[in-house]
Amino acid sequence: MKARTLARHVREGAKNLGRNGLMTFASISAVTVMLLVVGAFLTIILNINYFTNELENDVEVRVFIDLLASEEEQDELYSNIESLNTVDSVDFVPRDEGLDDLIESLGEEGEVFESLREENPLNDVFVVQANDPHQTEQVAQQIESFDHVEMLDYGQDIVEQLFSFTNLTRIIGIALIVGLMFTAMFLIANTIKLTIIARKTEIQIMKLVGATNGFIRWPFFIEGLLLGVFGSLIPIVALVYGYEQIYQYITVSVDLSFIEMLPPYPLILQVSLIIISIGAFVGVWGSLMSVRKFLKV
Amino acid sequence: MIEMRDIWKTYPNGVMAINGMNLSVDKGEFVYVVGPSGAGKSTFIKLIYREEKPTKGKVYVDKKDLSSMKEKHVPYLRRSIGVVFQDFKLLPSLSVFENVSFALEVIEEDTAKIRQRVMRTLETVQLKNKARFKPHELSGGEQQRVAIARAIVNNPSVLIADEPTGNLDPETSWEIMNILEEVNAHGTTIVMATHNREIVNTMRKRVIAIDGGRIARDEIRGDYGYES
Ligand SMILES: Nc1ncnc2c1ncn2[C@@H]1O[C@H](COP(=O)(O)OP(=O)(O)OP(=O)(O)O)[C@@H](O)[C@H]1O
Ligand SMILES: [Mg+2]
Repeated sequence: MKARTLARHVREGAKNLGRNGLMTFASISAVTVMLLVVGAFLTIILNINYFTNELENDVEVRVFIDLLASEEEQDELYSNIESLNTVDSVDFVPRDEGLDDLIESLGEEGEVFESLREENPLNDVFVVQANDPHQTEQVAQQIESFDHVEMLDYGQDIVEQLFSFTNLTRIIGIALIVGLMFTAMFLIANTIKLTIIARKTEIQIMKLVGATNGFIRWPFFIEGLLLGVFGSLIPIVALVYGYEQIYQYITVSVDLSFIEMLPPYPLILQVSLIIISIGAFVGVWGSLMSVRKFLKV
Repeated sequence: MIEMRDIWKTYPNGVMAINGMNLSVDKGEFVYVVGPSGAGKSTFIKLIYREEKPTKGKVYVDKKDLSSMKEKHVPYLRRSIGVVFQDFKLLPSLSVFENVSFALEVIEEDTAKIRQRVMRTLETVQLKNKARFKPHELSGGEQQRVAIARAIVNNPSVLIADEPTGNLDPETSWEIMNILEEVNAHGTTIVMATHNREIVNTMRKRVIAIDGGRIARDEIRGDYGYES
């Protein structure tokens, strides 16, 4: 296509936007709302996935060894655990080390436990890592059946909860987005239908004097594209400012700093790109629906 | 230039508008198409610029077979056919110049050529001095001249007109006929459907009379014929 022709199509497409001001506004608003939701859910889901992954890697089974077990019996348990093919690694944490960790982790208040050095109430512990974090529960069950195991502790619950939360978020997000997407598309298709009706005579003359179908259709695609792209502006601005704000807030906050968030960049750029692409897609698709239905060329 | 072989046209609603039509129009001819209302004149015109396809039979324009022509080739056919209607179909927001140049712009003609050709065509229809006027600032006759300029600016080999004087008073109608004669004199074949008895009877050109979707009469130097 000649540059001059493209310029003409863009000019005409932009002019179309002004023709039905109210419908244009409604379409852009619908795209905006849809993309705000897309942006919000996308960042939430990406962050939960990231957070879950981080947690998963920390998922381990802590095997508290029977206080009465002899050294040979401990060795036996060790080799039993290690021989499981679902197990990746087994680390031995002697009770003294456990106490050190405990005291250290409690800081000042931990010092009261110093008196326990002589009569250490803690167990020796095997820290077991499963090959696959999802197998953690299975590994725990297998170990439970061995002798000399006093107790098991593993953080499976929180991971499972996060998994089901992500799934729920994803389902709600997709349902909401699909619904909003169709609303936006429908509004865009209607806006373009109005433009097509408004330009009926012009289209008729174009056909009469031999303009190609492509030439006639282009301005309407551009109009749809512009509706979609304009609709993505506010969501992108909201994402850029909003995400940085939330990220700062959570990282600085004492209570919430355990939440691991994806750093703002490149996430913001990636999500912005997705937002503008979806906007453009919905716009062009909406105009395609109308053009196919109402522009009998 | 135009040839029809055993043409039948039934509209989707069942109306049989053309019922077995054969004819041929040579290059450079001027043909009037007459007949009572509903006879099928407009349908006949539409078959020539492929606004409608025949239900049966073959239409040739410039040796091109319109019945088997692919959709994507239709625009290129239209570039060699000018069409004029009773209601002018001008774009109200565009000036006279822009209405005419529109026809060249939408087929992506070179900008340099456009200006030159539009001005020359406006000269032919004697509207050069009103190039900047908007349609609503023109008389009916002037508006129809703009429409003719738009139809001929791309040098079509055929100009078809469906009641071009239908909305005009007798005097203005003659202005239009003078211009069409001049266009015809330059070699453009003209097919014009009309109800204007005076014009047909004065000009004495070939007259094809249609009635009930059939050719009732085809005379070289014909007249309007029956009372309407
Ligand atoms: N698009 C259409 N769909 C269905 N029927 C049509 C259509 N166009 C025309 N007809 C019918 O076909 C017949 C011929 O119509 P046409 O317009 O060709 O007549 P005409 O000779 O041009 O009449 P007029 O002098 O009034 O313009 C009429 O009965 C008309 O009702
Ligand atoms: Mg008619």
